[in-house]
Amino acid sequence: MKTTSFLRWESMLAVVIVLEFVLFSNISPYFLSVDTLSDASFNFTERSLVALPLALLIIAGEIDISVAAIIALASVAMGLGAARGFGTPYLVLFGLGTGLIAGMINGALVTVGRVPSIVATIGTMTLFRGAAYAVLGDRVLKEYPESFAAFGQGYLAGPVSNELMLFVVFAVVFAVFLHRTRWGRVVYAIGANPVASRFAGVAVNRYRFALFALTGLFSGLAAVLLTSRLGSTRPSIAQGWELEIISIVILGGVSVWGGKGSIAGVVLAALVFGLVTFGLGLMNIPGIVMSIFIGLLLILVVAVPAILNRR
Amino acid sequence: MNPAKLRLSEGARRDLTLAVLALALFLAVTMAYPDFAKPANLAGLLDDTAILIMLALGQMLVILVRGIDLSIAANLALCGMLAALFNRALPEAGILPVLVLSLVSGAVLGAVNGLLVWKLTLPPIVVTLGTMSVYRGAIYLLSRGAWVNENEMTREFLGFTRATFLGASTLSWLALSFAALFIVGLGRLRLARDLYAAGGNPEAAAYAGIDTGRMQFIAYTICGAIAGLCGYLWVARFAVAYTDIALGFELQVIAACLIGGVAIAGGKGSAFGVLIGCLFIGIIRSSLPLVGVSAFWQMFINGLVILLAVLLSARSRMFNRVILEAPRA
Amino acid sequence: MPIDTAPCLTLSGVRKSFGAARALERVALELRAGSVTALIGENGAGKSTLVKILSGVHQPDEGEIRLDGKAIRIADPVSARRLGIAVVHQECMVFDNLDVAENLFVNAQPTARGFVRWRDLRARAAAVLRDLDADFDASTPVSHLSIAQKHVVQIARALVDDTRVLILDEPTASLSQRECTELFRIVNKLRESGCALLFISHKFEEIFEIADHYAVFRDGSSVGAGLISDVTHDELIRLMVGRPVAQLFPKLETTPGAELLRVERLSRAGEFEDISFSLRRGEIVGIYGLVGAGRTELAQVLFGINRADAGSFTLARDAAAAGIALVPEDRQSQGAVLAFSVAANIALPNLAELAPRGMCSERAETDLARQWIDKLDIKAQGPKQAVHSLSGGNQQKVVIAKWLARKPCVLILDEPTKGIDVGAKAAVHAVTSEFVNNGNGVLMISSDLPEILGMSDRVLVMRRGRLRGEFTRAQATSELLLRAASGA
Repeated sequence: MKTTSFLRWESMLAVVIVLEFVLFSNISPYFLSVDTLSDASFNFTERSLVALPLALLIIAGEIDISVAAIIALASVAMGLGAARGFGTPYLVLFGLGTGLIAGMINGALVTVGRVPSIVATIGTMTLFRGAAYAVLGDRVLKEYPESFAAFGQGYLAGPVSNELMLFVVFAVVFAVFLHRTRWGRVVYAIGANPVASRFAGVAVNRYRFALFALTGLFSGLAAVLLTSRLGSTRPSIAQGWELEIISIVILGGVSVWGGKGSIAGVVLAALVFGLVTFGLGLMNIPGIVMSIFIGLLLILVVAVPAILNRR
Repeated sequence: MNPAKLRLSEGARRDLTLAVLALALFLAVTMAYPDFAKPANLAGLLDDTAILIMLALGQMLVILVRGIDLSIAANLALCGMLAALFNRALPEAGILPVLVLSLVSGAVLGAVNGLLVWKLTLPPIVVTLGTMSVYRGAIYLLSRGAWVNENEMTREFLGFTRATFLGASTLSWLALSFAALFIVGLGRLRLARDLYAAGGNPEAAAYAGIDTGRMQFIAYTICGAIAGLCGYLWVARFAVAYTDIALGFELQVIAACLIGGVAIAGGKGSAFGVLIGCLFIGIIRSSLPLVGVSAFWQMFINGLVILLAVLLSARSRMFNRVILEAPRA
Repeated sequence: MPIDTAPCLTLSGVRKSFGAARALERVALELRAGSVTALIGENGAGKSTLVKILSGVHQPDEGEIRLDGKAIRIADPVSARRLGIAVVHQECMVFDNLDVAENLFVNAQPTARGFVRWRDLRARAAAVLRDLDADFDASTPVSHLSIAQKHVVQIARALVDDTRVLILDEPTASLSQRECTELFRIVNKLRESGCALLFISHKFEEIFEIADHYAVFRDGSSVGAGLISDVTHDELIRLMVGRPVAQLFPKLETTPGAELLRVERLSRAGEFEDISFSLRRGEIVGIYGLVGAGRTELAQVLFGINRADAGSFTLARDAAAAGIALVPEDRQSQGAVLAFSVAANIALPNLAELAPRGMCSERAETDLARQWIDKLDIKAQGPKQAVHSLSGGNQQKVVIAKWLARKPCVLILDEPTKGIDVGAKAAVHAVTSEFVNNGNGVLMISSDLPEILGMSDRVLVMRRGRLRGEFTRAQATSELLLRAASGA
């Protein structure tokens, strides 16, 4: 019975996407062109790449508020590397490595330090973002080599950007991992009841640590893409993204109480998010207005089942 | 061992440790830079920290009953814009209606959070994440994206927060009175004690006839009202209102609560601890330029302090475990 | 004993359904001032629903509740309190973040214009605790108290309100013998002061020790009531079960084989010390002791949840691969993932075998679940049913099944039949016996003396973290075990 209510939410998201298509293509003649839609994908690919591992983390009953700060820190690491003349492969390594280490710090705080994850990651969010400011101050780093631009600005084939391709590939990988493998099953079990999982022989803390590290790694990946696309690093890069990324995950039907959610939902939510941003942009309505829409959807996703369950 | 002493050792010991640390930090900075203790500097410190203190006190109420209010900064910004627009539209109305308006509008926005959490038992983090976005968006609709600038504000509107009394600004006095009110109220008001009970064990509270949802509603409403008032205070202090004011400030407020010893699991925390926690942040912030460290280090140091505080309290929890007692029946 | 006083609280024809499920059907009950009425019934007989109705959490669909002859309505917990009806909950409804004095007066603080009068409150709290001869202070934080002391706090809270009817919901379930004696002293005191008490318990010895009257529920209906002095143990069981029970403790005689598990000088700081024993094939070793003696902690180290500080334990070489399984004490929070289906729960510790390359197969999981549903006679609609919707006994069977499916050679059972009904209990015992007959070993931790005596080939007794005695099946008696466990 639980699966059906999920399906219901996912089909609701699909309906929202169709409505957006109808609405925006009626409003703007440019909307339904392949190039436009390809441009639109940049509105969500970077955030959604982080949303994938974060969905796993939230399903496992934890949360990571520090993702955007990790992006900033990783971007600073790459910027500093670029300023010292390191080549593109090294820069990518710096970005991914910084993300991974930051994620491992979160994981260690939660598993070894036994700090509740929301508290720990509010702390590391301040720490990582603070480190980015401390290192850069009001400077901007923009001496990236030309080849570095390929990640965030390049296209794989025709209108399919590298970012979009990465998102599609990883969405499939995460969906298979979460829904088809035994490790995915364990992620759900940990979220539904961590104590019983431990008593079923699951190394709960090892999973938690790995999920935090994974989320950090993907924040590093998002940093590579975003920095490559913008071509510059400021300490305020990706400011406020943590709440947008968490919004995508929750909008996708993942329960903040843990134990419930699907990758399909998260992917659909990412599309809703991206289309709203882009469609309103076409209509010259600033992004801040669409936050009303996202906010209402967010409340709706938890309110609808709550109201239905009352009866 | 005297049991009365044991009791003090719970939350009070933590508050005292923090107070001693804050004092030590203060003395250390003063020793090196005697100017730091000058009244004018202290008044500035308090003025800088005042809004954080008030917001953190409101946020504490919500966290005490196992909630969290991520919309607190958006609420502040929306009410600040309302106050500024009201002042522009009716400049001759004076300051009192502005204060009432910001308090009431903030309370209403807080009550929306409270109702959703109470009546539909929705997870607080999702509700306030949602209203955060909605409130922010509403500012834009309200102002059409335009700024309200200093020259569009009346002298009374701007002057209220800056007037000084005994060397400290109205803003500082407001924050101190709120802190005093909270310290006395949380210790002695029956409603406040029930708030602690509801946050400590909602199920047991239900059997004792306390409606935890209603307590959450009250906490969100008070927190909202404080945020609303701070909205006006913020706009008046910085003499500008626009969509993005106090963006991201909600996480700083929560961080201040954590440094002040409020337990995210609910039921534990004191107004005194929160006050000291905020002052601690304030002392660091205002001493950085003196010590010759760039202000850009502020956030990094805050992060270190938060992590240190929560790691230490997690440690003490681990060692408090009762020997040879079954974990849970 | 003032046994023949007029009833002070009476229930008649009370009915309550939740959706399609009937929880109570025509229930009648009488409680008298100055007397203790024992309420007996299997799990699911409707006892907890009754407690919730009396404490104002649920409203009856039909029927009448009278207090001193006047019909009353218990609208919510506050009105229950105002009417003088209080409940001492099994799961310790106290506030760990507050001190004792405040706990007693939550939502009932003496106030002046909204402000709590602390001096008054503390004085009254101290007086109530003095009346009860409590061994703790009013200013102690409740988080520092033992479970038994927390029960006393709940009772003290009832006394603050001039309670006339006090309901004790399985108060002794997790208390040691000495703590029970202390609790009974307080119960007797309340009885003498004219309180009407309802005492819910699964333990017959206690019922015969403390109660004046009894009332028996079966399947949501009252099936008998009267004076405790007029019934026997067997009659109560017959009333309670209403059908002949499969033999409890169907322990088959086995000849223990080779050594399977050897534990040597095992210690973990603050939990247990210097534990040495061995377990042989075909043997059930019972571990008896009071709550807090370190038994559960020992089991968790053997299973691998925690590490030992010193000492070692080794499995026989031919058994090492099969390993040790643990059916934990608390099936709701430790044993089962309640939100998961029967199949998913049984699969959880067996995923490595079910999905050797990582990919799960739903078919393999449901097949495995079907097999165990049949084998253990789990009453479920099918492998897909969520475990939280099963009865306690069937939940326990699922937990046992998931471990038996792994084919371990040592099974540790921690309070395997706590709070499950007689039928399920017999089934658990039968499975256990079959498991050892196949050449495996069982460590059975239990506080249920008849169970320990009936099932064990050998009994180890623990007290304060140490082994204090070892008895063969022939030697062991209740008295010997109790004496070793309590240090008397």
